[in-house]
Amino acid sequence: MRHGDATQRPSNSTMNSFIESVLAEADYKPERLLPILRAVQAQYLHIPQAAIEQLAAALHIPRTQIIAVAEFYSFLHLTPQGRYDIHISDSITDRMLGKEKLLNYLAEKLRVKVGEVRADGLVSLNNTSCTGMCDQGPAGLVNGYALTRLDHARIDVIAKLIEQQAPLSDWPPEFFAVEEPIRKPGLLLNQPFENGAAITATFARGLTETLAEVDSSNLRGRGGAGFKTALKWRTCAQQTTTPHYVICNADEGEPGTFKDRMLLDLYADQVFEGMTLCAAIIGSVQGLLYLRAEYLFLYEQLQRVLKRRRDSGLLGRNILGHSGFDFDIEIRMGAGAYICGEASAQIESLEGKPGIPRVKPPNSVICGYQRKPTVVDNVETFFAATHIAVQGGPWFAEVGTAQSTGSKLLSISGDCARPGIYEYPFGTSIEEILRDCGADDVLGVQVGGPSGTFISNRELQRRIAFEDLSTAGSFMVFNNSRSIFDIVQNFTDFFAHESCGFCTPCRVGTTLLKNQLRKIIEGNGAAVDLEELNEICLVVKNNSHCGLGDSAANPILSTLASHPELYLKQLKQSNFTPGFDLDATLAVARRMAQRDDDAAHLSQVEN
Amino acid sequence: MSGTLCIDGIAVPFSDGQTIIEAARTAGVYIPYLCHRLGYAPYGSCKLCTVKVNGRTNTACTMPAADGQTVISNSPDLQHDRQRITQMLFVEGNHFCPSCEKSGNCQLQAVAYHQNMLDNHYPHFYAQREMDASHPDILIDHDRCIFCNLCVRASKEKDGKEVFGIAGRGIHKRLVINSPSGKLKDSEISVNDEAAHVCPTGAILVKRSAYLAPIGERIYDGHPISEVACEKAVIRAGEASGYPSCDPTKLTDAPQQNGGPDSHYAATMPPAPDIKHGR
Ligand SMILES: Cc1cc2nc3c(=O)[nH]c(=O)nc-3n(C[C@H](O)[C@H](O)[C@H](O)COP(=O)(O)O)c2cc1C
Ligand code: SF4
Ligand code: SF4
Ligand code: FES
Ligand code: FES
Repeated sequence: MRHGDATQRPSNSTMNSFIESVLAEADYKPERLLPILRAVQAQYLHIPQAAIEQLAAALHIPRTQIIAVAEFYSFLHLTPQGRYDIHISDSITDRMLGKEKLLNYLAEKLRVKVGEVRADGLVSLNNTSCTGMCDQGPAGLVNGYALTRLDHARIDVIAKLIEQQAPLSDWPPEFFAVEEPIRKPGLLLNQPFENGAAITATFARGLTETLAEVDSSNLRGRGGAGFKTALKWRTCAQQTTTPHYVICNADEGEPGTFKDRMLLDLYADQVFEGMTLCAAIIGSVQGLLYLRAEYLFLYEQLQRVLKRRRDSGLLGRNILGHSGFDFDIEIRMGAGAYICGEASAQIESLEGKPGIPRVKPPNSVICGYQRKPTVVDNVETFFAATHIAVQGGPWFAEVGTAQSTGSKLLSISGDCARPGIYEYPFGTSIEEILRDCGADDVLGVQVGGPSGTFISNRELQRRIAFEDLSTAGSFMVFNNSRSIFDIVQNFTDFFAHESCGFCTPCRVGTTLLKNQLRKIIEGNGAAVDLEELNEICLVVKNNSHCGLGDSAANPILSTLASHPELYLKQLKQSNFTPGFDLDATLAVARRMAQRDDDAAHLSQVEN
Repeated sequence: MSGTLCIDGIAVPFSDGQTIIEAARTAGVYIPYLCHRLGYAPYGSCKLCTVKVNGRTNTACTMPAADGQTVISNSPDLQHDRQRITQMLFVEGNHFCPSCEKSGNCQLQAVAYHQNMLDNHYPHFYAQREMDASHPDILIDHDRCIFCNLCVRASKEKDGKEVFGIAGRGIHKRLVINSPSGKLKDSEISVNDEAAHVCPTGAILVKRSAYLAPIGERIYDGHPISEVACEKAVIRAGEASGYPSCDPTKLTDAPQQNGGPDSHYAATMPPAPDIKHGR
């Protein structure tokens, strides 16, 4: 599977038949447009115009839909990328591990600029949003496959292998090694499990009774929103419109999160089993796993797990002999878009469209995938449900706090001795977690990723819980050598890059925020600029369409509140700074007039 | 369901299936909008019509009207944000109103006047977008596109053609044409299509029609958009304004715990923190 050696220019007829085979594989279903385009991209390094024409005709969709999808997702392109297409993870934790230097070193070695394709077409190099390897960064991707623990020595080897045009299968396997450092297993990770046990328990107890157990467990969604799972499942079960769908959200795009990666790598059966018992309860025959593109390395192994489950009667028709209980799971890969973690955007993506969050109402539980009732739940939610189905609700509800029962998986990265996966009962304090992971001299912790909250070292008594610090699992530690502005800027850039662009305040506002923040950090801001920064934050936060826009200003707002003195220190003393650099704008005029003396330069601001 | 809702202290009746903005317009109450149009599927992208419904933020053009709703539209906070959102649209594209054929007939311009917008407030993006003048009868000036999606919906829903689409992500959004060359001349559009006439700005223009109505005699020259928008709706509904007032103080400060955008569902649901309008 690991090509690095795709393609000479194709003749039209070979492209034609290749695309025909891809279409056949996808059963000519327009909702499978993403997998289709991924296959075309892998083969031709872009989506050629001729492919667009052929696909539009065969799938009966407008060309504009194909172009829109190709432009929306980071890993699809309308112009050819390199035969070795390299992306380097640009999360703050990668940066803290020296990513910038490595990226420049790689660019130099490969003689390619970041963001460009080398003239001979051999290699392209780009930044990308967090690839979910924060515990083993600096990380990257080559032709979609995860690279971990990059360093100068590895980059030397990589550059050589690329120049030699070695297929990825000949690269040292340790370059692609993904470890799953479980540092502190708890309630769920320690629980022994036999495949099929949760389905058996569900049917033995009864479907309604099992839903009652999920209810009494008070399980709330682990994807960040904290929705009560039983309520979602019951609402879906009650819908008379059929069919019903089960979607497992494995988009895990929040920078700093990698616990779903670990679950799918080591506990896939228990996740699939959770989807299966959900299907029994809500009456569904079709499940979908939406796997983020960055986790391509898991794809084949997950397919094998699914096959084994089919072979042993845990998926397919009459599951475990329960006549009439049919259910199967299809894996669909994303193509690089954080917004597709949002449930309704994910559904759009699964329907072969750009991932734009839908208007609510109606909620997807009533009108979801293919406009049918749909349960979308996080990987960890299904994993927990599996154990609740076996052990019962009270077993789970005993742990944690009253409002946040059970345990939470945390992905810990950044400045600590032992990054990795930790499982804690809800209610655990940040202090205790920092002790366990070996963090000292702490400046602060970003809980819940960029969309979460920055906790300064004065607030470490706060707790992980829906009623205090709610998190999908991202936990990034920063020590006192770090700059708050580096963190905030990285997060703010992330949101501007990942905004789907549907609504005005988020589309325009996230870029305004990015520029305004840079202006201040670079020392070009006056007092009014700080006020303006705060105001843009509020306009974006209060008027955006979805959770992305709602939280895009959080990094600035939470650090403005916790460290106002830092921002004030950056301000210029003048009380007016123009929004654009007049002198730089005059560069063209100077070039035309062929002069560059002092008088040809302007200073706009009297200091 | 039909009934009455309260918008800024005015009791507004609504009929089955109407959104808040439709009910409001019918009653002569203007809530600013750009991506909404009567008879079109709601889209909800411009966010100009953002209102508080029972204390929660939502868009009036997508939110179904419901009996007893209390809607705040005309508060200083909301008006302020509307002005800012309008200014965002101006700096994102390139809008040189004085030299624009649509001036006076342009909803974006008229909304800006209504918002009392006196400057752009934000630094310009100086977007580089190319014009498509390839079609004999229709011109696209991408500089003026605000991605309201109305032409997309018009072509698909009214003309049955799908000539337009919106591509790109984030700030790189762009209007795309469904034709082999990507040019309008090679698409199926005709000058009689609704899509050729629906654009609220000067992005899609019918050639040789620019000055059929001279400056000074254009839609918004004589009447502000707040009147034009509602008058049309009132005529359409065959109703007159003059509705009784209602008591906006019914609105409690604290948002209801379980009320939400999705009434029959959210009523039993805890608020979902990541669904912005579910809070
Ligand atoms: C911008 C954005 C990104 C999100 N990303 C994810 C994600 O990567 N994984 C996830 O499970 N939920 C994500 N969510 C939350 C989902 O919308 C949804 O609430 C969740 O998948 C529901 O499952 P749960 O109830 O099991 O948590 C995201 C939400 C937003 C607004
Ligand atoms: S489209 Fe409207 S707002 Fe834009 S330039 Fe023309 S008149 Fe001005
Ligand atoms: S061209 Fe006009 S109608 Fe079409 S999306 Fe742009 S602004 Fe809206
Ligand atoms: S672009 Fe997604 S919230 Fe607006
Ligand atoms: S008119 Fe409601 S969002 Fe545009």
